[in-house]
Amino acid sequence: MSMIDFKTYFELLNLYSDYAMVCDSAEWEKWPEFFMEDGTYRLQPRENFEQGMPLCLLALESKAMIKDRVYGVKETLYHDPYYQRHIVGTPRLLSITADGQRIHAEANYTVIRTKFDGDSTILSVGYYHDDIVRTPEGLKFQSRLCVYDSEMIANSIIYPI
Amino acid sequence: MTTTSVFPKDPTWEGEGTSRIPFWAYTREDLYKKELDQFFYNGHWCYVGLEAEIPNAGDFRRTVVGERSVIMVRDPDGSINVIENVCAHRGMRFCRERHGQAKDFLCPYHQWNYSLKGDLQGVPFRRGVKQDGKVNGGMPKEFKLEEHGLTKLKVATRGGVVFASFDHDIEPLEEFLGPTILSYFDRTFNGRKLKILGYRRQRIPGNWKLMQENIKDPYHPGLLHTWFSTFGLWRADNKSELKMDEHFRHAAMISTRGEGGQNAEVVSGVDSFKDKMTLNDMRLLDIVPEAWWNGPTAVMTTIFPSLIIQQQVNSVSTRHIQPNGHGSFDFVWTHFGFEDDTPEMEQRRLIQANLFGPAGFVSADDGEVIEWSQEGFEQKPAHRTVVEMGGFEVEDTDHMVTETLIRGMYKYWRKVMGE
Repeated sequence: MSMIDFKTYFELLNLYSDYAMVCDSAEWEKWPEFFMEDGTYRLQPRENFEQGMPLCLLALESKAMIKDRVYGVKETLYHDPYYQRHIVGTPRLLSITADGQRIHAEANYTVIRTKFDGDSTILSVGYYHDDIVRTPEGLKFQSRLCVYDSEMIANSIIYPI
Repeated sequence: MTTTSVFPKDPTWEGEGTSRIPFWAYTREDLYKKELDQFFYNGHWCYVGLEAEIPNAGDFRRTVVGERSVIMVRDPDGSINVIENVCAHRGMRFCRERHGQAKDFLCPYHQWNYSLKGDLQGVPFRRGVKQDGKVNGGMPKEFKLEEHGLTKLKVATRGGVVFASFDHDIEPLEEFLGPTILSYFDRTFNGRKLKILGYRRQRIPGNWKLMQENIKDPYHPGLLHTWFSTFGLWRADNKSELKMDEHFRHAAMISTRGEGGQNAEVVSGVDSFKDKMTLNDMRLLDIVPEAWWNGPTAVMTTIFPSLIIQQQVNSVSTRHIQPNGHGSFDFVWTHFGFEDDTPEMEQRRLIQANLFGPAGFVSADDGEVIEWSQEGFEQKPAHRTVVEMGGFEVEDTDHMVTETLIRGMYKYWRKVMGE
């Protein structure tokens, strides 16, 4: 097991909590900024992941494509408005390079959806599997893979997980 | 003083037409049960899966016909069996895994054992249990294994697609589809081996027919879906054809992509049209024409009652309608490619898949509007829809500014349901 200094771990915790807060506060245009230019975001049902099938629910292959998703969420998708709330577990370090430039980590998540006239219900449960890079602007995702257990989606997923 | 009620006491469909569909056609549990019997369990071939999902002997996948759980399994002789997942003994849905490998099927409760064809092979303690010189219990001597197999479905495969029916008197699949729809079916499933790319699942709180109607409705895509109107993938000025089988139950919507952009006739005043919209990453629409398309860039085929076949540019999928009650259905997408795809083509299919499915740039809205439609129907079931774009008739057309396919489906529905 690689060791991680407290400062780096603190940065990692901040990355996870800042990401969750951006997703929950509807500041969608801040979402792509968590990614490298060639960073990827994939949201994949667990059954595909475990069977080695490549299909994702969303496979955004660059920061530019993530921006296209933001435009879709804000401007082009007709959907029931809803609040969402991420509960993200403590990140678990999988590995860190000796120079501290690259971190491999994962964390469980739950996303709760609340529609205006309805109950708060679980929209998605799964885990993040992340490849994180140190940049002058702080830690960023080279890739974020969200593998979700909640394969039977309650109609639709619009906002970022 | 009379009070009016939105809850019809004696609902009747007025007149012979199908351009005004009563809301109660989507809300009545008695009609829904009748639909299961008439459409899903008798007289129709229902989709159960793709051969590529079970390539080897003993490979199985659990799926459904209507609400009935069934198992699609590859027999050692290479054929495909579809059997009902209900034990002949005490009615258990014994198969719990979604897919796997089996030499036989075992109901864990009392260990009744079935072959991959669904024949009962053995029953524990059939001859009783010997104890202290006498035989205790056992099945009666009249009990015959061969009378207690699992319910077997009739199976038809074509081009790698597997259909099944509980109705063993059903017409051949090819006749069921009819020559027109068969030709579009064969266009996609032309004998090439399929490669499964993966699944997407969503539970949509609406009547199952609404999903058939969604893909029999070429009026909405260029309006509801910004991507279709703005990028010309599907809109009213595209060259299009709508075709049905002779019963009007199945349909194909055939369209060729236009240039998109401004055409005041079709985009002025359309809220979803975004004149200035451009993509940051063009790979989302990196469309490469394929020889098998034979021209059209999109063919959306509805096979009544259970299947939609999608070809939208380079993205291909089957979409399985799995009803569960009058107001809900599961919608299972199986995306696939072909054995001769280059890695680039597979990647292209995967990226274009972002347009579709429960989070898709295009398809996420479809599930949403179906939910909202159902809410409206439940609110006042005595009311009715107005499906009169393009007139009152049921006919094939050479344009998409019409709701004729929905009218056609209800012509068939009324005939079969006697409503």
